[in-house]
Amino acid sequence: MPADRTLNQLRATCRSADPVRAAGEGDHIAGVPARYVAAPRDTAQAAALLRAAADLDLAVTFRGGGTRQDWGSPPRRLDLILDTTALAGVVEHAAGDLITVVRAGARLDALAPVLAGAGQKLALDAPLPGGTVGGAVATNAAGPRRLLYGTPRDLLIGVTLVRADGVVAHAGGKVVKNVAGYDLGKLVTGAYGTLGLITECAFRLHPLPAAVAYVARTVDDAAEAGRLAAAVRGAQLVPAALEVDAPVTGPATVTVLVEGTPAGVAARADAARRLLGVDATVADRPGADWGRLPWRPGDTGLKLTVALSGVPRLLADARAAADRHGLPLALRGSAGVGVLYAGLPGTADPARVAALVDTLRAATAAAAGHTIVLTAPAAVRQRVDLWGPVDGLALMRRVKQRFDPDARLAPGRFVGGI
Amino acid sequence: MSTTTTDIGALAAALRAAIGADRVISDRQELRTYECDGLAQYKVVPALVALPADAAQCATVVRACVAAGAPFVARGSGTGLSGGALPHADGVLVVTSQMRDIVEVAPEDERAVVQPGVINLAISRAANPHGYYYAPDPSSQQICSIGGNVAENSGGAHCLKYGFTIHHVTGVELVTPDGERVRLGGRAPDTPGYDLLGAFVGSEGTLGIATEVTVRLTRLPETVRTLLAAFGTTDQAGAATSAIIAAGVVPAAVEMMDALAISAAEAAVHCGYPEGAGAVLIVELDGPAPEVDAQFAQVEALCRENRAFEIRIAADDAERALFWKGRKSAFAAVGRISPDYIVQDGVIPRTALPEVLRRIGELSAERGIRVANVFHAGDGNLHPLVLFDAAADGQAERAEEVSGAILDLCVAHGGSITGEHGVGMDKAKFMPRMFTADDLDTMHLLRCAFDPAGLANPGKVFPTPRLCGEIPGRRKGVNPAQAAGLAEVF
Ligand SMILES: Cc1cc2nc3c(=O)[nH]c(=O)nc-3n(C[C@H](O)[C@H](O)[C@H](O)COP(=O)(O)OP(=O)(O)OC[C@H]3O[C@@H](n4cnc5c(N)ncnc54)[C@H](O)[C@@H]3O)c2cc1C
Repeated sequence: MPADRTLNQLRATCRSADPVRAAGEGDHIAGVPARYVAAPRDTAQAAALLRAAADLDLAVTFRGGGTRQDWGSPPRRLDLILDTTALAGVVEHAAGDLITVVRAGARLDALAPVLAGAGQKLALDAPLPGGTVGGAVATNAAGPRRLLYGTPRDLLIGVTLVRADGVVAHAGGKVVKNVAGYDLGKLVTGAYGTLGLITECAFRLHPLPAAVAYVARTVDDAAEAGRLAAAVRGAQLVPAALEVDAPVTGPATVTVLVEGTPAGVAARADAARRLLGVDATVADRPGADWGRLPWRPGDTGLKLTVALSGVPRLLADARAAADRHGLPLALRGSAGVGVLYAGLPGTADPARVAALVDTLRAATAAAAGHTIVLTAPAAVRQRVDLWGPVDGLALMRRVKQRFDPDARLAPGRFVGGI
Repeated sequence: MSTTTTDIGALAAALRAAIGADRVISDRQELRTYECDGLAQYKVVPALVALPADAAQCATVVRACVAAGAPFVARGSGTGLSGGALPHADGVLVVTSQMRDIVEVAPEDERAVVQPGVINLAISRAANPHGYYYAPDPSSQQICSIGGNVAENSGGAHCLKYGFTIHHVTGVELVTPDGERVRLGGRAPDTPGYDLLGAFVGSEGTLGIATEVTVRLTRLPETVRTLLAAFGTTDQAGAATSAIIAAGVVPAAVEMMDALAISAAEAAVHCGYPEGAGAVLIVELDGPAPEVDAQFAQVEALCRENRAFEIRIAADDAERALFWKGRKSAFAAVGRISPDYIVQDGVIPRTALPEVLRRIGELSAERGIRVANVFHAGDGNLHPLVLFDAAADGQAERAEEVSGAILDLCVAHGGSITGEHGVGMDKAKFMPRMFTADDLDTMHLLRCAFDPAGLANPGKVFPTPRLCGEIPGRRKGVNPAQAAGLAEVF
């Protein structure tokens, strides 16, 4: 039985049977079933497994919390799911230096209380609960507070990787300021696991603010929300987040988050309220949908990016285009940075969804941005190019060839079929 | 690395024909002007200098180099302190000083688009009337180019709060080492695909030449408040810094100078720092007025608690400029108290500051070499200035030893061999102290993806010359190396 032989070889690699098993029912990536699942306990074991996978010519996809396995295209080939959830825990939290080193399988929501104990935070919002640190880095996932703190690529200061051939490599370090060598952390951030396995991440931390305020105003239409957001952006309030939420029906909401000292936040919240209009409200916690992606499993989820000045127009145009195509489009996102997420029901007519994607692609391109289909039902995937045009694709292919010459790491998942 | 037998005469002729005779320098005397960057102890006269007028000419120059098999080195303003722009004797130095247009200032997008030779400060000058500025502010900002900043991922006094060049560059157009023009990133965030922009920033001219840069503009803060605190010892100043950070304050800048650095600055620019100080801290807060006011009082109290014997608060921009003058001129100022000096750049976890300073003091005493300390105290980036007299017997060697030992200290404390000046040619030999052979090998994979022929700034960053080799094709049968690896495992 050849399958069992492979399983035994993978187990022998780990010097233990525990981390490796035959794949079960739930062990598929975007509908593609795997044959084996391995959950290494440390970097050395992960390296041994990847070296064995190279020798056995197994195609591998990495899985953390499994919250975004439907993002990107399904892998062309899949033998082994390398599950990172046993690579959990905090390696180091140097509170005085405002850094932490964590294993890639650590859950973001489990990390928060550990850091909060020292009055600190990793300033990353987790748009999908249950996600791991490694998954957030691999998809460069960020939420509302990216306005002030940036995305994983901005907070990651060091990384440990295992290459497709099983070689372990480090880049960066444990200090925030460091320009020694190439920043491979940037390269693997947002690479969807197509260049190597992230096993450990060092992050810059921030102090937890003493006070926060969410200042919100509802307005009749999305375009008005865009104009208010632009007014806030032009002021000197330094908000931590500036979000717009324009659901399918009903009014849109603009929300400004300010963080800081109690006195400072009170004064800034007041200033924000004056900018947004008399009926703006101030609260110390956000609305229920704050930072959530505006779609549910099985729906079509899009990411729209534009230059900042293009946000009001995009909000208006996207709504108008959806109406024209007769589709219910929910929009939500970081108006203060030029990133909006859009959701369409999974039951929507695939041809119309594809046509809307084309329209949105033209609208975002006109403002120097992109429309990316993050997730979609199979019928929609068949009709659209998930990523759209990508600058520098030839160089990206060359990078992939150097790091994964046999194309075994999540082949086909990323841009241009990488 | 390269052992080219390039016909320089033919290359010069080709370049003249392609970009114009007045843009190519081959006269030995004129070439000498470019023999070093800000690290003047290394000197190499380039075979040729090219001064392209735009991106298209830059690509033409690179393609000519590729055709001739000649290495090329990009140079901005030549202020780099790690020998990154040190020319190659058989190669072409591609100087961006003729590419200094600010293409566009777009405050509504919080972006500016500039050519690579544009001086850092010129961007802020162009953006200020709109209420914006370009945040990264290296002390050399009046002369260094944005292309050099991108290549070095330069920092500045205010990067504690605002981050480095990498956080403020959203797009680059580059000429790849094979002469292609490629756009990475742009005006909108999160461009799809690998973050090659992130990898390019800080790659020190080894992945290609930036020909256009899109930078983020930051809204000018509503308020800026600055204080200068004088302490008896660096330990006290370090403790004050720790207390400020522990209180959850993120100042725009926290800069420290020790007694020797202060005396040099006094001699050079008469900044009038408090007399008898063993250390001064400059702490700057900026942002919305109500926040800054609340935290400024806290910072002042923390400095006093940690035994600051004098605190001055800048009353206006003029006084603030005076505080900064001493700090920003510190490198050049030590020239007043020492004929020669090495500017070191290392990083430690900030909490290790007292211990590392003590060790630097011991090293200095053991070898009889004075060290003046200037640092970005907030983020643990040290700039020890190692003072010596090259004319005195053995001093230069001992200074080198002290300087190298300081880097070892940084690495031993989990820090870095460079926080902002880059590896260049100067620190390539130190890379193995921080990275394993596998780490460097993996970084080299990236280089090979961009530059398989190894023509872009060869001899920099990596400690030993390396070749790229072919991309291994799809494996047939068992690769011997992997078989060996597996044999070990099973
Ligand atoms: C007095 C003084 C103070 C300084 N203070 C600071 C400081 O506070 N913070 C800091 O970070 N640095 C500082 N520096 C170092 C230096 O100014 C920076 O590294 C700066 O970014 C170099 O810019 P440049 O234009 O002079 O680049 P150059 O010295 O000309 O080149 C530097 C590197 O960049 C590459 N390069 C240049 N242009 C391009 C391009 N268009 N595309 C690709 N590669 C390119 C070169 O090949 C080289 O490797 C200081 C230097 C001096 C002399």
